[in-house]
Amino acid sequence: MNSNINTLKFFAYSYLLFLYSPVLLLPIFAFNDSTIISFPLNSFTFKWFAGLTEETYLQESLKNSLFVAISTSILSTCLGILASRASARYKFFGKKSILSFLILPLFLPEIIIGVALLVVLMQLGLPLSLWTVILGHTLVCTPFSIAILNSAFANMDMSLEEASLDLGETRFGTFKRVILPMVLPGLISSLLIAFTISLDEFIIAFFLTGTETTLPVYIWGQLRFPAKLPGVMALGFIMLLLSLVLLSLFEYFRRRMNRILEDQSNVQFDNLFKT
Amino acid sequence: MDRLKNWFKSDSSRGLTLIGLPFGFSLLLLAAPMLLIFFLGFWTQDYLVLDRSFSLDNYIEAWTEPMYRDLMLRSLGISATVTLGTVILAYPMAYFISFHGGNRKALWLFLVTIPFWTSYLLRVFLWKVILGYNGVLNSTLGWLGMIEEPLTFILYNANAVIITLTHAWAPFAILPIYVALEKIDRSYLEAAADLGDGPLKSFLRITLPLSMTGVVGAALIIFIPTIGDYVTPKLVGGKDGLMIANMIQVQFMKANNAPLGASLAVSAMGIVSMISLVFLALNRRWLRKRGS
Repeated sequence: MNSNINTLKFFAYSYLLFLYSPVLLLPIFAFNDSTIISFPLNSFTFKWFAGLTEETYLQESLKNSLFVAISTSILSTCLGILASRASARYKFFGKKSILSFLILPLFLPEIIIGVALLVVLMQLGLPLSLWTVILGHTLVCTPFSIAILNSAFANMDMSLEEASLDLGETRFGTFKRVILPMVLPGLISSLLIAFTISLDEFIIAFFLTGTETTLPVYIWGQLRFPAKLPGVMALGFIMLLLSLVLLSLFEYFRRRMNRILEDQSNVQFDNLFKT
Repeated sequence: MDRLKNWFKSDSSRGLTLIGLPFGFSLLLLAAPMLLIFFLGFWTQDYLVLDRSFSLDNYIEAWTEPMYRDLMLRSLGISATVTLGTVILAYPMAYFISFHGGNRKALWLFLVTIPFWTSYLLRVFLWKVILGYNGVLNSTLGWLGMIEEPLTFILYNANAVIITLTHAWAPFAILPIYVALEKIDRSYLEAAADLGDGPLKSFLRITLPLSMTGVVGAALIIFIPTIGDYVTPKLVGGKDGLMIANMIQVQFMKANNAPLGASLAVSAMGIVSMISLVFLALNRRWLRKRGS
């Protein structure tokens, strides 16, 4: 029995090594003083990082990507709030089918979404721009926002909302002063996840981008030039650190959300004993 | 009039008003484009001029032309292998975290997801570095004296695509299986042990059937999107590892034959959906037989 657990443990650690193997190479080649991405390694250098500051095209695409990612995260979180509030609070006709339709992009290959949107834009004669990328990204990120916000809204104690309405607060006031603070951590998680997904998304951006490119589209272009690869590794390393910061923030807010929701149920419990 | 007023104040109308905007957004940007793609496959394009008269030519070409058929079959084979491989590797991991993770479950889940927040393009590219002729794997194996000649069957072919995708989709299998395992009431297992079932028997009769929802969810969320993967076959697949998405992209961009590209895309999605439905039905039947 014990040996079974040890085998399982050994497997888990080996699998973890497999999962980390590409990521571990990133810092190695980002600091390696050689234009060729292979072993054996040369000496340690910072020059690939320094070289990034001279790439004006890179800075342009980074700016574009940030614009796209921020807009996407706001849009998909707003859509997510509407959908998950409706699903958590109200009963209405076709609720289940509408919700499964909304999370459908999760199950579709991104190339299909990209191609389909491209065809529509071509037929309508609309020009490709960063806004078309934002629309595509919002479509893909909304299911994630809904999933995160759904648990935030569903676990919320409804009696607090009713109390606020009974005490004379308007619907909008209740939303702003009671509901929003309670789902705030979920809201921030949704913003962060959508931001991270959009920042990294390539295929849809590849199809829907006009003259202005996003960061992944820029990286895709660079991968063809061997001389540019070490710089790309350095860039990738910076992005990895950035996502780790975002991910830790996400984890922090997720835990806080759980704590707030727990506190609420404690409050409910206390009230039960008082009456 | 009053009834209408009441309806506007009812749950039903409030819910529909709230969900109206996201629903409309998805109708406009998902349903409408999908319909258009479907119809586009029945039209024809001569260089830049689109002929909107109905024709089955593109679908016939997509289904009978050997090149497209081979590409489609290969894509299905790769997706199925990736799905199977990922689920088989992820299951023990999810099991380990759920049953032996102790109070470090959250940490393990965090560790498992971290690698997937690096740029997807760079991850695929780094697999090229690992699997290449002078790559990390060949250097290490050579240095250990395990091989004399570098292995060549692991880059620029379907194997490379399978390895890379099995890596890329790991969390999408680990997380749903973990969630399903967590939901299993541990007292069932104790009861089975009390009644004399060995670990293997109780795993096959309780844990596996009860975690099947997670396995099925993982399989679908991997199988359907991987058929449309463009980046991995393009970067590590070489000539023999290309998939249907690469052909769809060529038809839309370089070949200027969007209708043929559309018919290929619709056919791929149709086949994948059919396979998924059959898979779901088979699973339901298997679970029912287990249950009785």
